[in-house]
Amino acid sequence: MTVTRESKTFMLNMGPQHPAMHGVIRLVLELEGEKVVDCDVQIGYLHRAFEKHAENEPWNNVIPWTDRLNYVSPLINNVGYCMAVEKLSGLQVPERGLYVRTIACEISRVTDHLTCLGASAMELGALSVFLYMIKAREWLYQLVDKLTGARITTSYTRVGGVKSDLPPGFEEELLKVFGQVRETLGEVDALLTKNRIFVDRMSGVGVLSQADALGYGITGPMLRSTGIPFDLRRAEPYLVYDRVDFEIPVGATGDNYDRYLVRMAEMEQSMRIVEQCFRQIPPGPHSLTERQMVDAGVMADLGKHGETGKIWGAQAETDPTLEGSGRGCRTAVAASAPRYNLPVKEEVYGSIEGLMRHFEIVMWGRGINPPAGETYVAVEGGNGELGFHIVSDGRDRPYRVRCRPPCFFNMSALRKLIVGGSVADIIPTFGSVNMIAGELDR
Amino acid sequence: MSGLRDALTKGFGDAVLSFEGEGRDQAALVKPEAARDVLRALKDSGFNMLVDLTAVDFSRYGQDLPPGVTATNPAPEGSRFRLTYRLMKLGATEGLVLGRLAVHCWIVDDRGPASVKDLWPNADWLEREIWDMFGVKFSDRPGIKRLLLYEEFVGHPLRKDYPINKRQPLIGPKDERPRERLTGADLRPRIVP
Amino acid sequence: MEELTTPGVLTSQLDAAVGWARKYSIFQYPFVTACCGMEYMATASSHYDMDRFGAGFPRFSPRQADVLFVVGTISHKMAPVLKRIYDQMTSPKWVVAFGVCTCTGGFYDDYSTVQGIDTIIPVDLYIPGCPPRPEAVLQGLMMLQEKIQKQGRTVAK
Repeated sequence: MTVTRESKTFMLNMGPQHPAMHGVIRLVLELEGEKVVDCDVQIGYLHRAFEKHAENEPWNNVIPWTDRLNYVSPLINNVGYCMAVEKLSGLQVPERGLYVRTIACEISRVTDHLTCLGASAMELGALSVFLYMIKAREWLYQLVDKLTGARITTSYTRVGGVKSDLPPGFEEELLKVFGQVRETLGEVDALLTKNRIFVDRMSGVGVLSQADALGYGITGPMLRSTGIPFDLRRAEPYLVYDRVDFEIPVGATGDNYDRYLVRMAEMEQSMRIVEQCFRQIPPGPHSLTERQMVDAGVMADLGKHGETGKIWGAQAETDPTLEGSGRGCRTAVAASAPRYNLPVKEEVYGSIEGLMRHFEIVMWGRGINPPAGETYVAVEGGNGELGFHIVSDGRDRPYRVRCRPPCFFNMSALRKLIVGGSVADIIPTFGSVNMIAGELDR
Repeated sequence: MSGLRDALTKGFGDAVLSFEGEGRDQAALVKPEAARDVLRALKDSGFNMLVDLTAVDFSRYGQDLPPGVTATNPAPEGSRFRLTYRLMKLGATEGLVLGRLAVHCWIVDDRGPASVKDLWPNADWLEREIWDMFGVKFSDRPGIKRLLLYEEFVGHPLRKDYPINKRQPLIGPKDERPRERLTGADLRPRIVP
Repeated sequence: MEELTTPGVLTSQLDAAVGWARKYSIFQYPFVTACCGMEYMATASSHYDMDRFGAGFPRFSPRQADVLFVVGTISHKMAPVLKRIYDQMTSPKWVVAFGVCTCTGGFYDDYSTVQGIDTIIPVDLYIPGCPPRPEAVLQGLMMLQEKIQKQGRTVAK
């Protein structure tokens, strides 16, 4: 009797809830032993109807939904969406607002890369790296909390500016934290960059060619790892990126190891950008020395009785959640467009006109009405070109909002990256692609 | 970028209906049957990246607007969906954007143009997403599958006539009747003379 | 065994001992889908350190876990997977709904989101918040421990 051995393939289902994959995605793999012969990538397990919700909410109310697109760098999403609406409405954000937005974006980019690298290192067994990275991210989150009032779901921007100015002492604290983050990155660098196990698993795995990267529409760190220095902050400068000096780190081969190096280098560049912004930013109201502070309740009472003379020029002492949105602060960071911006708190508390204007903007069915038309604005998100295509027909809510998620394009190339490799290679490749389900599936 | 305008309008004649905007915002409107050819020519002329492909359902555009606001629906007779191919010309060595172009095309009913997934491989997923969300079919992809939702799902949620909270659970309690959501027009204070 | 199951001094002591043992050796299964995962990471890591409560060890197999943390929005496409993972867990098991999406659906009142995971599987503890802050998660964990202690050997499910 002769035994013939035929080559047989078998199917393996990975996901949608797999411990070594930080994201909900299903890979149906066809394997021949260890080797991946074919793969079907199935997505949509976190589809949350962002685009449908955006059609049903007033313009400013869409901002909380944008937080949850790429929840690792929410501030960039906030900025991208608001920039699109501002382009449609022709609003110009004041200088200080632009700087504040840039600082916010770059903090988010650092947290994005920290999470991505930490999680993918953990999946390769380097748990201590994960703990170090999350520790550094925690310091940044606490500052984001201070700035926006929330750690992750920030909703910081408004159409025409940002919610509030930088809190007092923010610069010193942030620069101090950057020192600590740099120290952590140094530790991680020492642990990983020349680590034999890590390099063996990352280097030469998941190689992406330049032609494929362009064909799949890949942008961001993944495109830069192939050696194309494309960065929207440089190619189509927005905010104040044309006034700061930064480098665009690029890789050479487009493998996982290059993607790791690119992300590590980008964090340093982001911190450099923030430091330069602090040097250039126009002074804000917190640097004013003489301020007459009046309790917000007292101010409202005086306003109701018509005694506005007593509170003329005074600043309201507000709840911490409203800090930075008072007189002077708002005008420094938000466009002076009464049809689009909330009035400063002193006017709301102290005058009937201010109160009416406030309600005109926040009331359901009123709100802001950008003119009919459509526009597309792209910003450099954590994963690449994050675009918002907005169609308006002049009502108080968008007619359609299309988010161009960078992740979606990176993931559409995943099949190409993992076919031909072994099963174990899927984990580092998937980690370095940095899939964020909220953005991928929207 | 007037060179691009000339190349398109001269090279394709009637198939390019209009060309407007400039710089980053330039947009061409083409006939759906010619869309693939135009896109192929654009790819050959250096538009190496398909940045985005999306659709807009214009069926309710300009309806129920608040007083004082008018908007005319740009959709031609018999058309409801407009596809937008967003292209970019990326200089690979210096990493600069050499040009951006949006190619719009109005399609009749739900019959989309021919697929471009052989030109740009990422169009595969984008076309599947458009079928999933809008129910627009691409003429040479008859057996196209859903991308984000599940095959048991009936209807296409980003169409304007699909209620936002009409749920079709795979497991769990069935039939939650969609609740009427208040729109801005309902809550707008009305002055009765 | 007979007298152990009748109420008495010994059994109540045994209940307390079993509850104590269980509450301080929580093996959790993090079913992480969305944004809440970021806060889950923060809570599990060194800064907030879930391990202080004996819950530091995530088991990535439902068969080895006894608390299912459902972290993040569950879509209708995901719901059968969640149900299956719940079914694969062995008793005694507890479920924590982490974040408002798992509690009620949150502000995702739409065609694709499950309006609270309690429509699919039983839930022992709800931690609201979008996402909940790590402090809230730790409080929730302590409340879960209280619940486990009270249950003793009686397991409802």
